Amino acid sequence: MVNIRYAKDNFELGENQSVLDCLTSRGVPVPFSCRSGACQTCLMRATGGTPPENSQQGLKDSLKLQNYFLPCVCHPTADLEVALPDDDDVQAVIPATVKSLKLLNPEIMHVVLECHVPIDYRAGQFINLFQDQSLGRSYSLASVPHEDEHLHLHVRRLPQGRVSGWIHEELRPGETVEIRGPGGDCFYIPGNAEQGLVLIGTGSGLAPLYGILRDALSQDHTGPIHLFHGSRDLNGLYLTGELHDLVEQYSNFNYVPCLSGKDVPHGYASGRADDVAFQQIPNLKNWRMFLCGHPDMVKIAKKKAFMAGASMKDIYVDAFNVSQSA
Amino acid sequence: MSDQQSLFEKLGGEAAVNAAVDIFYRKVLSDDRISSFFEGVDMDKQAAKQKAFLTMAFGGPHNYSGLDMRLGHAHLVERGLNDSHVDAVIEDLAATLRELNVGEDLIAQVAAIAESTRNDVLGR
Repeated sequence: MVNIRYAKDNFELGENQSVLDCLTSRGVPVPFSCRSGACQTCLMRATGGTPPENSQQGLKDSLKLQNYFLPCVCHPTADLEVALPDDDDVQAVIPATVKSLKLLNPEIMHVVLECHVPIDYRAGQFINLFQDQSLGRSYSLASVPHEDEHLHLHVRRLPQGRVSGWIHEELRPGETVEIRGPGGDCFYIPGNAEQGLVLIGTGSGLAPLYGILRDALSQDHTGPIHLFHGSRDLNGLYLTGELHDLVEQYSNFNYVPCLSGKDVPHGYASGRADDVAFQQIPNLKNWRMFLCGHPDMVKIAKKKAFMAGASMKDIYVDAFNVSQSA
Repeated sequence: MSDQQSLFEKLGGEAAVNAAVDIFYRKVLSDDRISSFFEGVDMDKQAAKQKAFLTMAFGGPHNYSGLDMRLGHAHLVERGLNDSHVDAVIEDLAATLRELNVGEDLIAQVAAIAESTRNDVLGR
């Protein structure tokens, strides 16, 4: 007898019954459409137990690794604890100590956090950092597990940003904050080590990319890795020294700082990061894409990358949506 | 033996759907007759829907009912979805299969399945 656990309820799975049918017949509001494992409308996540492999067919690799599955074609032979993607209370709140705070440029703060309980994450995922119980914001992880001891965030000071303002002006090393996470599916997956990677980021969109690229390099990715980091002017770029050092160290890594403003000194590409990238690499067939930062850039670049030949399953994005209640 | 193969098997099953979905979605997005219907949608979700559609049109396993088709497209019918747009989708579908070197007889069978959803898609 197999049981499906959702929220605090236990449901017995009927013979030949799919997890979707089991849940919807008991009134759990799982959205669904094709009921044959294709449309992905009913996407759920196993928070306990392992979903059968065939219930993950067609999902993006980064979702598979996080135990996402399609309940409409899921017939588990062992108990499964499941959640809907929007159930965000599946993760516990973890206290973390602020180890250091350092400005990377006039508006971006490098925040180093030491978790009181180790968290299992991948570079490029995000955590939620809470100012108080009801006020939290998502920040992407620039650190790499096994490479960096603590969590690294790049927090951009937003005009009227409540949490970013608090981090920049009030938070001090030694204080304890609460975080929840990790989440997100924009990260490097080992395998296909010869595949070319294109990383495009604007502003603090460099945070996940800095993690992803060092993760890929540390896992011996051999294909070319091109990073295009864009800002309006020189003030907006950061970690340029570290990135130039990586270029020296790894022959397959290429760093292109891009400036969209008028004053473009030698050594910088002129134009928006996404435009420069698509100009330099016009055919993206078989490339893996990582697009992070401003939501408009991410949206436009995603479509352009797809039209330029990148496969949908090879495009990973992290759009930095600004909270409406800023 | 090959006569006993289903259309889905003849086309190459799920692997064929996977090979077709990006090509088909690109054609749809660059088709001025219908691309406006796809503006602002989540591309990952849309690609999954295209895959579900292709699976069905290829004669593969699906559980879509006529009612699902009506409900799923009602908001587009309100925005003016009509026969000319369905024609465009079926043309793009055929062009996708030609690009994958599928024979005309099989393309005609796929087009016929897609055609059979026309009235439901248009809410008639």
